[in-house]
Parts: sequence; structure tokens; C-alpha cells
Amino acid sequence: MTYNLTVSPDFAPDHISGWYFFNTWLQRQLDTGIHLELYDGFDEQRDDIQNNKFDLIYANPYDASMLVRELGFQAIARPADKSDETVIAVNAESSINTVEDLVPGSRISTTDDPDVHTMGMIMLESADLDKTNTQIKEHPSYVVVAKNLLNGDSDAGFFLKDAYDELSDLIRSKMRVLVSSQISVVHHSFLVGPDMVEHVPALQDALFTMHENDKGRGVLESMGISSWEPMDSEQTEFMIDLIDTLID
Amino acid sequence: MSDLDTGEIRTVEIKYFDGTSRTTEIVDREVPYPDGKLIVSRTDPQGIITHANQAFIDMSGYTEEELIGINHYILRHPDMPAVAFKGLWDTIEQGTKWHGFVKNLRKDGAYYWVKATVIPNIRNGKLVGYTSVRRKPSRSKISESEALYKTLLAEE
Repeated sequence: MTYNLTVSPDFAPDHISGWYFFNTWLQRQLDTGIHLELYDGFDEQRDDIQNNKFDLIYANPYDASMLVRELGFQAIARPADKSDETVIAVNAESSINTVEDLVPGSRISTTDDPDVHTMGMIMLESADLDKTNTQIKEHPSYVVVAKNLLNGDSDAGFFLKDAYDELSDLIRSKMRVLVSSQISVVHHSFLVGPDMVEHVPALQDALFTMHENDKGRGVLESMGISSWEPMDSEQTEFMIDLIDTLID
Repeated sequence: MSDLDTGEIRTVEIKYFDGTSRTTEIVDREVPYPDGKLIVSRTDPQGIITHANQAFIDMSGYTEEELIGINHYILRHPDMPAVAFKGLWDTIEQGTKWHGFVKNLRKDGAYYWVKATVIPNIRNGKLVGYTSVRRKPSRSKISESEALYKTLLAEE
């Protein structure tokens, strides 16, 4: 039987090959076929997830909520020391120095990344800004968000902090961080679907010892992850409750 | 910091819904909400704190050891009308999410404003506690809330 794996589309392009290495590594560990499917956008992936196409998902926190509560998935691991934080940045030459300097009518560049967009909008609340009094422009990638800021086509942009940090030095030197979230407890997780539940013990064994050998460590490095940490159901539920408080 | 802060210190007795009370010093000084942070806490169904994140510890002025095991009402500022908390409890006890603006009392007597969201934690169909997440409110919402709570407090 071949299982299906997918990855939240918000990883940096440099790590695409890393996920293919991981898929090969995982098939050897479990001695079973696994097909990896990657997506450019969140909506198309979410449609396929809803159609029960996947058994293994490295999901962003927003999708993890849907996977656990609606589709019976189980979160078993999270990347160590890696939480999802959001950055609001402006052009380095901008006269805007704090979030509160942004005014109604501001042009905000974002992506379809649900966590980053939600957190970005929350951080605008202190300026009395929301979707009704801003111009939200959705772009296909964080590089395009950055280009909009550099060209003066947007007043502020939302970035996943990891993605912001991985932009080139040249691009980052032309932008300025207005605010960076410090939430710590919201992060990606590795989830297993109901049809693959018998493989959970073997998966846990493989993932939690992965960083202990050269081969596994090399694969982790190519994915931008140092090691996997266990997640139990209460940790998952806590994160989902927290995400729920952020969605109106 | 609010333009209206006087730095005045007053001693007040704060009465809680369970019949207990405490006397403490209140300082008219706002501590600004830190940008980008969320204050997160969890309680059991009775409101006893079971989890506090670092932002909560920093803003409340209490240590984690002091917070865990005490009632969340330790943060209640005497400028907050009881009716606001009644609305909170009526809402979450029905199993729904509550949003509101709250003036919180720090251990040192100063205060900080938050936009709070509280949701019930349901596990296997059973209520096991509540999660409260606080975020930075706008100055305009703080001003509206100050005026509203002053009116409500006068009516109590």
C-alpha cells in the first residue's frame, strides 16, 4: 500500500529537495511506499486534504486544527526550537515607525498563509485597522510581498519570520521590521491520519532518533529542522484552543 | 502610558464573587502592553490558574509559582465593574467564546489594558478548563472601555 505525504506550502524554496530526501528516508524507515505531493498554494492543498487524499501531513498550526478536530488526525511530532512567528515590515525609507503610525486606507501585502495573515491582522488591531479599512493585497510568495514594499506599492507587509530571515541580505537591507510576534507556543506539527495509525509507534521511533545518526541529521538539515520533539494530544489541543482564540 | 495617569496611590478593598476580599494598594500608572506578544493563561473550570506563559508573568509582576494555583481574579482591577465579569462567565459557561477589553491589576498596583479572548477547553465532550489569550488593544478601544466601565461602576 502506498501512503500520501504533503507539506504545508509555507516552507522556504531552498528546502524543497529536503522534503524529497525526507520522503525517501521515511519510506526506508517504515519499509512502505509513500508518495510526496507539494503544493504552491494553501487552498488547493486544503481541498485535497478535505478529500482525504493524505495520510501524513507536516501542517501549519491553522490546518492542524482542522486536521485534528474534523478529520481525526493525530499530531505526533513538532520541529524542535522552531515556532511560527509573524513579522510586519515596511520599506526602510518609510516614515512609519510603529504599527500605530499606519492609518486607515493603508495598503497591506500578505500571502494566503493563514497563520501569518491572522497574526498580522491581530498586530494591526492596536492601530484600529482591520480588513474593512485597509487594502489587503494577497501575493503568491513572501518574495513578492517584499517586492511590493521595495517598489512602494504597499505600506506594510506580513511575513513568516523564518521566511523573512531567509530573504537575501540585499532585500532585507531595504526593509525595516515594525513588529515581530513572540508567541512561542504556535508551531508546525507532523500529523498522522486515521488510515496510518498502526504505523505511529514506528514513525515515533524513526523521527525521535533521526538526529542521532549522520544520515538522518543530513536530511533534517536539508529541511531546516534540527530535530523532532514529541507532541502529545494535550499539547495539540492547547495549541488548537489558542488558535481558536485568534479567529473571530 | 495614559495621559490621564496621575501616579496617585490609594488603598482599596477588592471584593470577589466568592465572598472573599483583599486590601491592596492601587497605583494610577499604566504599563504599556508589549508589541507582538500574547499573554496566555489557562485555568481549571473554577478559574484557578493552571498555566501562565512568560508574557503573563512579565506583565502581571507575579512569579510563575505565585500565579499557579490561585484564582484568576487576582488580576481584577477595582475600576472594572462586576457586570463585565458576569458577562464573561455567562458567555463561557454556555460554551462560547468571549471577547472584551479588560483593565488588569499588577502585583505592584499599576495596571495594563488588554483585549482578552476566553474559550472553554472541551476534551471528549467534557469541560476541563478555560484558555485566555490577551493581545494589545488600541488606544481608542481603551478610551471607550474606560468611559463605559466608569458608568457601569457608578451604577453598581
